[in-house]
Amino acid sequence: MNPDASVQAPLIRYDLSIIASWIAPGSRVLGLGCGEGDLLHFLKTTKQVQERGIEIKESRVARCIEKGISVLQGDINTELEDYADNTFDYAICSQTLQQVYEPQRLIRSMMRVAQKGVVSFPNFGHYKVRLQYLMTGRAPVTRSLPYEWYNTPNIRVLSLKDFERFSKAAGFRIIKRAAINTRNEHREGNEIRIFPNMFAAYGLYLIGKA
Amino acid sequence: MSEYTDHDITGASIGMVEKQFFTFAENDPGFLLDSGASLSPVTLAYEACGTLNSQKDNVILVLHALTGDSHVAGYYQAQDPKPGWWDIMVGPGKGIDTDHYFVVCSNIIGSCMGSTGPASINPETTQAYGMDFPMITMGDMVRAQKALMDHLGLDRVLCVVGGSVGGMQALEWCVRYPDMVGSAVILASTTRHSALAIAFNEVARQSIMADPNWNQGHYYTGAKPDMGLAIARMIGHITYLSDESMRMKFGRKLQNKSALSFEFGAEFQVESYLQYQGNKFIERFDANSFLYITKAADYFDLAKDHGNGSLAKAFSAMKSRFLVVSYTSDWLYPTYQSKEMVKAMKKNDLDVSFCEIDAQWGHDAFLLPNPRLSDMIRGFLRSARYES
Repeated sequence: MNPDASVQAPLIRYDLSIIASWIAPGSRVLGLGCGEGDLLHFLKTTKQVQERGIEIKESRVARCIEKGISVLQGDINTELEDYADNTFDYAICSQTLQQVYEPQRLIRSMMRVAQKGVVSFPNFGHYKVRLQYLMTGRAPVTRSLPYEWYNTPNIRVLSLKDFERFSKAAGFRIIKRAAINTRNEHREGNEIRIFPNMFAAYGLYLIGKA
Repeated sequence: MSEYTDHDITGASIGMVEKQFFTFAENDPGFLLDSGASLSPVTLAYEACGTLNSQKDNVILVLHALTGDSHVAGYYQAQDPKPGWWDIMVGPGKGIDTDHYFVVCSNIIGSCMGSTGPASINPETTQAYGMDFPMITMGDMVRAQKALMDHLGLDRVLCVVGGSVGGMQALEWCVRYPDMVGSAVILASTTRHSALAIAFNEVARQSIMADPNWNQGHYYTGAKPDMGLAIARMIGHITYLSDESMRMKFGRKLQNKSALSFEFGAEFQVESYLQYQGNKFIERFDANSFLYITKAADYFDLAKDHGNGSLAKAFSAMKSRFLVVSYTSDWLYPTYQSKEMVKAMKKNDLDVSFCEIDAQWGHDAFLLPNPRLSDMIRGFLRSARYES
């Protein structure tokens, strides 16, 4: 047993716990835009994965390294280039796709370096977003999309339906989907099975090569 | 590389330590060097602190920079004005925690800090070697350190840690002894000098050799090339700082005066600082050692030496986990050089972490107190330990 308390499995966000449930134990996992490494740390301690992360922000990279997570500071597109084909079992892009300038290029790279991919993003098809835009005529601001148009990092506006249509253009197939809502600061949540594109705040997808 | 930087108190020091020596290769053929020459006998100065555990799997080997020494932490005597050069990192509860790890810091051959170098006595002539000292390489330094580890009965190193020229030694360790080195921390380092780095070293060497007291390296019985060595150090210090750090630290401020005096004394603070550093350096360092070690650093080329010119190939034999750290304001070994190294590691599917720390203090930043670096090294070592 590992005697060090700080490397015990942490509690993680609801969406990350769903992603974690899709990852096979002992696999090789690449986390794109991995932040402070919460998901990778969880996977490492509970599923014994071999983890690699890519993160651009120095302070977050440092937090990953403090946790013992292997991480590279850099731009995800550039860093992906150095890996040989199928180096990983999974490439995970959690809550980052909507902030990427070239999503198609990124997904293609993910599907090159990994057998499978995991992509999650906030759903712009949510009814509150639709209503706000319809009623106010202004760019929507919601709990899962809390930014104003002028300071949002979310430069790509997509819904679950958009992502599913995108699979043809980007050349991947959808293996699993979870459409979810979260509460209590994302610690808890539930899956939305009826009209998910209308009622889910987030979409999570496990994707494979086409 | 200005190892004796003033620094803050970052916690308790390890306390009293002892400078120890190991001598080997007394008999023929001596210690064979990469150049083809041989050296006999060879002495290495080293320091050891912390406690070796019964499995002997908690060994950290710290490798020092260009003009450093084995005195990594603690004090030789109670009245020492300063502790070892990395007391901020090595000690109880610090980044490299001596409550958990057995830390060995080895000096390098060619140095003047207790190990065999050009200032040592040549047994054949009973005079100091001077320029008769054979040219040494980073590989020679590391093979000598391996002999030290063998002597200490240590066949596994949890982590080799080195900054700057110490990082080069750490890389050399990983390539030569892949089965012995579990992990490596490479700080503000490079796999080879750029033309810029070689250029600065060459100016520094020329400054020493142009000093009339240098006398083709035979000055040990008379006046020393102090002026040349001081200027060499001043050049070094410029490369260890950065435009930003000099602007913050000195700007155009004058030293002890309010107006220009229209004379050639040290008027600007930066001039005064460099002169101070130069004069301090000549008290502790040997000019010939400076020549030999800078040459070894210039010769170091991991791709050429171990990969037929390919950096990716040079890393192919390595097995260690890596933590590579660069600094935004380091213009001696800029971040792109660390990134090249990381790229080659990735191509070999090595487990590597890389962080570019935002710091204004230039190349010297790794020697200054930085909680971020300490925390990263602590976490990296802990995971290296539990996964080994």
